[in-house]
Amino acid sequence: MRKILALLSVVLLSACATQPQVRGTGDLGLVIERASGHVTLIDTSKRAPYARIAGLGDLSHASAVYSRDGRYAYIFGRDGGLTKIDLLEARIVKRVIQSGNAIGGSISQDGRIVVAQNYTPGGIKAFDADTLELLSEVPAEYAPGKFAKVVGLADLTGNRFGYALFEGGEIRITDFSDPRRPTTQRFPAGNQPYDGLVTPDGRHYMAGLFGEDGIALLDTWKPEAGARKILEKYGRGEEKLPVFKMPHLRGWAVAQGKAYLPAIGRHEVLVVDTDNWREVGRIKLRGQPVFVMARPDGRQIWVNYAFPDNSWVEVIDTLTGQVVQSLQPGKAILHMEFTPRGEHVWLSARDDNKVLIYDTGSFAKVGEFAAQAPSGIFFTSRANRTGF
Amino acid sequence: MRLTLFLAAALLPAAALAQPPASVAAPTPERQKEIVHLVRQDCGSCHGMNFGGGLGPSLKPEALRDKPVESLVATIYGGRPGTPMPPWHRFLSESEAEWVVERLLQGFPAE
Repeated sequence: MRKILALLSVVLLSACATQPQVRGTGDLGLVIERASGHVTLIDTSKRAPYARIAGLGDLSHASAVYSRDGRYAYIFGRDGGLTKIDLLEARIVKRVIQSGNAIGGSISQDGRIVVAQNYTPGGIKAFDADTLELLSEVPAEYAPGKFAKVVGLADLTGNRFGYALFEGGEIRITDFSDPRRPTTQRFPAGNQPYDGLVTPDGRHYMAGLFGEDGIALLDTWKPEAGARKILEKYGRGEEKLPVFKMPHLRGWAVAQGKAYLPAIGRHEVLVVDTDNWREVGRIKLRGQPVFVMARPDGRQIWVNYAFPDNSWVEVIDTLTGQVVQSLQPGKAILHMEFTPRGEHVWLSARDDNKVLIYDTGSFAKVGEFAAQAPSGIFFTSRANRTGF
Repeated sequence: MRLTLFLAAALLPAAALAQPPASVAAPTPERQKEIVHLVRQDCGSCHGMNFGGGLGPSLKPEALRDKPVESLVATIYGGRPGTPMPPWHRFLSESEAEWVVERLLQGFPAE
C-alpha cells in the first residue's frame, strides 16, 4: 500500500510539473541572450525571470513577435532560425531554419501568418502561425537576377506587410490575404533604406534612408499616390558623422501627434508633425540615436545610442521638447522595453550581463537581474499593437 | 633600436625571410581582449557576431581570402564611403586594424 501511495504521489507530482499554471500572459515577456542562443522568460509583475530556454541558434541579431493570445513568441534569429516558444509551458514548440541570414519578422493582423524578412537569400517568407509550415515566399528581386536585403518589415491592415529593399531602394507592400498567392506592389523610395515602420494606426509606412538625407513615406490607404520624401536634406549638406550602429525604427516613434525619428550621421532626433509631415523641431543629443522610443502614453521619449556612447540613455519630455534626464544605467545598453502602460522601462546592459528596471516617473532603479549578454527585450503587450 | 633590428634580422632563419611581410606587432594581451570584444560585438552588429554577415558582408575567412590585405585594413581604418561602413580610426590604430584582418583571415578568436 505504501508503495502504491508513493508511486501515486510521484505520478501526481509529475503531472503537476507538466501542467501549466492557470494564468494570463499579459505581464509576460522574454529577453534575448544574444551570445549563447538562450532566451530568458520574464514576468513584469514580479519583475523577475521565471524560466530560461536554450537552443535558439545564433541570436546575435534577433527579434520576436507574439501570437494574439500572448502565449506564443516567434523568435527570428540571425541564422535564419524561426522558433516558436510557449511562454506558459516554457518550451520550444517548433523550430525551423527558414533562410541563411535573417533580420526579423512580423505577424499578420489576424494572427494566422508569421512573415520572416531575410538578407540571404533576400526576400520574405510567410509561415502558418500554428504549424510554421511555409505558405509562400516573395523574393526581393529588384532587377533581373539581383536580390536585395529586406529591411523594415511591418504588419499592415488586411494581412498586408510593408517592407523596404536596401539595395533596391524601394518600398513594397505584399498582400497575403490569399497566403499561398501573395501579390506585391512596388514603390520607388530612395537611396539605401535601412529600416522602416508603420504608424500605430497602420496607415503610414516610413522607410529611413541611409544613402541620402530623408525618409520615404507611403500612405498605405492611398498607395496609388506612391512614396514621397519627407525631412529631405535634413543634414543641410554638412558632413555626416560616422554611424557605428544603424538606428532601429518601429511604431514607437509616434507620440502626441508627432513622430520622433533618429537622424543618420547627426546626433539629433528629428520631430515631424504627423498631420502634414513637416519638420517641427530637432533635439540635440549626445550620440547617434539607435532606439527612439515613446513611453506608451507619449509623454516621454527614451533614447539609447550607438557605440561609443552606448552606456547612456536620455529622456526627452514631449511637452517641452527638452532632454530632461541623462542616465548611465550600465555598459552597452542595447535595448529598452516599456511595461504595457509605461510605469517601468526595462533596459538590457549587454556588457554588464544584466537587465535593469527603471521607474519612468522617478528615474530610480527598481530592480535588476542577471542575463548573459542581453539584447532585445520583448513583452507580450506587443501582441496587441500594430507594427510591433 | 637599429641594433635590435639588426639582431632580429641576424637571428631570423632564412626560411622566415622568404615568408610574406612579417606580422604586425601583436597588441598586448589585455588590448587583444578589448579588440576581440569590439570586433565581435560592435562590428558584429552589422557583420554578425559570428561574422556570417548582416547588413554588412560576411567576414569569414573564405569571404575575405581573395581580397588584398591592405584594402581590408584601409576599409576598417578609414571606412568605405557610399556604404554604411564607418571609419574605426578613433578606436583602432592602423596596426591594430591589420592585426584584426590577420585574425579574421585565420578564424577570429572567441571572447
